[in-house]
Amino acid sequence: MSYQKYYVPEESKFPIYIATALFLLVMGAAGTINDLGKPESNSVYILYSGFAVFAVTLYFWFRAVIREHIAGLDSAQLQKSFVFGMGWFIFSEVMFFAAFFGALFYVRNFSVPWLGGDGEKGLANMLWEGFEASWPVMSTPDAGSAYVLADKNMSWPGWGNALKWLPMWNTIVLLSSSVTVHFAHLALKNDNKKSFNTWLGITVTLALIFVGLQAAEYYEAYAHYGLTLNSGIYGSTFFMLTGFHGFHVMMGGFMLAVMLSRSVFYNHFDPHNHFGFEAASWYWHFVDVVWVMLFLFVYIL
Amino acid sequence: MSAVIESHNHDDHHHGPAKGLTRWLYTTNHKDIGTLYLWFSFAMFLIGGAMAMVIRAELFQPGMQIVEPEFYNQMLTLHGLIMVFGAVMPAFVGLANWLVPMMVGAPDMALPRMNNLSFWILPFAFFILLSSLFMEGGAPNFGWTFYAPLSTTYAPPSVTFFIFAVHIMGASSIMGSINVIVTIMNMRAPGMTLMKMPLFVWSWLITAYLLIAVMPVLAGAVTMMLMDIHFGTSFFNAAGGGDPVLFQHIFWFFGHPEVYIMILPAFGIASHIIETFSRKQLFGYASMVWAMASIAILSFVVWAHHMFTVGLPLAAELFFMWATMLIAVPTGVKVFNWVTTMFKGSITYETPMLFAIAFVVLFTIGGFSGLMLAITPADFQYHDTYFVVAHFHYVLVPGSIFSIMAAVYYWIPKWTGNMYDERLGKLHFWLSFIGVNVTFFPQHWIGLAGMPRRIPDYALQFADWNMISSVGAFLFGASQILFLFIVLKTVMGGKKATPEVWEGSRGLEWTVESPAPYHTFTTPPKVN
Repeated sequence: MSYQKYYVPEESKFPIYIATALFLLVMGAAGTINDLGKPESNSVYILYSGFAVFAVTLYFWFRAVIREHIAGLDSAQLQKSFVFGMGWFIFSEVMFFAAFFGALFYVRNFSVPWLGGDGEKGLANMLWEGFEASWPVMSTPDAGSAYVLADKNMSWPGWGNALKWLPMWNTIVLLSSSVTVHFAHLALKNDNKKSFNTWLGITVTLALIFVGLQAAEYYEAYAHYGLTLNSGIYGSTFFMLTGFHGFHVMMGGFMLAVMLSRSVFYNHFDPHNHFGFEAASWYWHFVDVVWVMLFLFVYIL
Repeated sequence: MSAVIESHNHDDHHHGPAKGLTRWLYTTNHKDIGTLYLWFSFAMFLIGGAMAMVIRAELFQPGMQIVEPEFYNQMLTLHGLIMVFGAVMPAFVGLANWLVPMMVGAPDMALPRMNNLSFWILPFAFFILLSSLFMEGGAPNFGWTFYAPLSTTYAPPSVTFFIFAVHIMGASSIMGSINVIVTIMNMRAPGMTLMKMPLFVWSWLITAYLLIAVMPVLAGAVTMMLMDIHFGTSFFNAAGGGDPVLFQHIFWFFGHPEVYIMILPAFGIASHIIETFSRKQLFGYASMVWAMASIAILSFVVWAHHMFTVGLPLAAELFFMWATMLIAVPTGVKVFNWVTTMFKGSITYETPMLFAIAFVVLFTIGGFSGLMLAITPADFQYHDTYFVVAHFHYVLVPGSIFSIMAAVYYWIPKWTGNMYDERLGKLHFWLSFIGVNVTFFPQHWIGLAGMPRRIPDYALQFADWNMISSVGAFLFGASQILFLFIVLKTVMGGKKATPEVWEGSRGLEWTVESPAPYHTFTTPPKVN
């Protein structure tokens, strides 16, 4: 039996730098958040320094892995470890979103109807009598000064206005980008690097457009709809779900942009050997599927 | 498992460990990282244990004796968090690091650098958690389950640091679990099919899957807390349309699989030890695997049995009651398999076997009290009493912790090349066994009599049993100093161990010399 040795680096300095960076990041983040509104706080600099160490170390870590790959140190078995690893990482991301979708499901089907007096635990209505359950919750149970109530929500405006509705365009943009990244993959498999670069470039552009549209939507929400994080449970679920999705779009778009620059500037990837790109494209498809769920459960239904 | 080894090759262990402190900082070696995890876990066990001593000292007599109630709450919270996330989980990850690659015949973990990162996040995370003791307003004081609104509206400022510490602990667990799964899926020696894997490997494959499934949910829960506290969202606030009970649902969706994360590897360990010292092949290997898989799957649909008294709809109370009771079936399969393995075996009672048998018996007691708590109407009576405290300490201390101690005695000759002192090991076992039962058994009674949990003071009628419980706790606590001494003594020297160490030992790890060479199986062994 032929056996290729499994590459285990003797030692590595990258992990301890990343661990230190994470420490600085979370100490800085927690300190900054606790000190919000205190101008004398220095925590934000800890946050920045953590981010800097994190970014620089990740750059060198990935560079080292890419160089090891080009040098042929990694066997087919090791590459399979990366494939498995990415798959399970995406599964963990799915479960992260599941927590937020679960919260949305629970408030829409249980806590809000109960507060409105419906269902088996409808006696919760005695907390704020007169609260009527509806979704989106435009008027919170306690309509006092703690909440800034929204005037409008982001839900489905009906077929007549569908094309004037920003989330529709977001959906079109993101779904198209999943198709274009697939075309890029096909082009790479056919050894057509020029076509690969073009399709991948289009995908990254679509990602940027999506993030831009999302920013416009948030601006509209805050400036004209009165819809904020502070508008009760509808605003909470809306911004947390779309916000974390938007953050993942940025991450995925960044990964794809890195793959594009690797292809354009370094001529990495060949038809049989391109897991770096494939991993990023899997992530992109995952982000796309999450959007479809969001579109359905946050915007339409 | 009946792996027969045809040939294995350990003649090219060309590299030894690096010298000095940087060996531990930069290491990618699964054995080094396993050692780091185990020592970290031991340190956390002693710190969390010291906090338990503070708790039991305060409860020694009724009335406020030693600490302020606020500080008592902080001790209670940190004790739980440190024991769960700092002691038990890292100990199992350390055992997985040491054993899984050797058991499946792999040269190392699949992603060695990420393995180092998974470990080194932990000291930072627990530094943050412990440093919260010195922050304004004190450490987290809302219990390890951190229910909203105690952990949101009424929390001390250090909760923000707690939230971020949990985030990076979760990242560590997820990376560690991905590593374990990929190692098992991708790096088994040729011929080692899934149903030939040692049970410890199986138990960790299932555990790692649970971890990847639920740690992100915990991350989601603490993120919602963070947003509720600082950014005005209302996930856990009914005034805005949310629900504090939603927190409990999300937390226990994480929390129930989490408690199986802390017991499944123990099942694997007990299976190996009982098999070895009974000098028989394990009874019912396949049913052991299926039982663990069933327990893991069921663990996702039982979470609300922690919440029977919060006001669930009747259908939910019934569903979660029956689903919970269903878990007794696969668990019973495991217990009967262990007993049947011992039946007519040529048993000897070395320290690991003593701990393993105590594990089976005392874990079963904890399982039965769990079954009592699963009955919804009965739980209305037991809920939030010391009966619950007795229940989960029975499954966690003589359950998880005893299995970890059993594992340490069983495999330490393989790790260090030296036999531990059998006489001292047995002394440690008996002191721990007596200590643990004296501590926790009376808590069943005071719980049934109505003593609430999480309080620094109690009514006079609970005084006697609390005093006995505290005496037991001090005995158990003190005997762990003996454990530390035994481990250190074994590391320093002792009778040299043979490669197979135990007469009836089975599995690839016993085919390499003791101590195991720094690199094992750089070319995979062949397994029939």
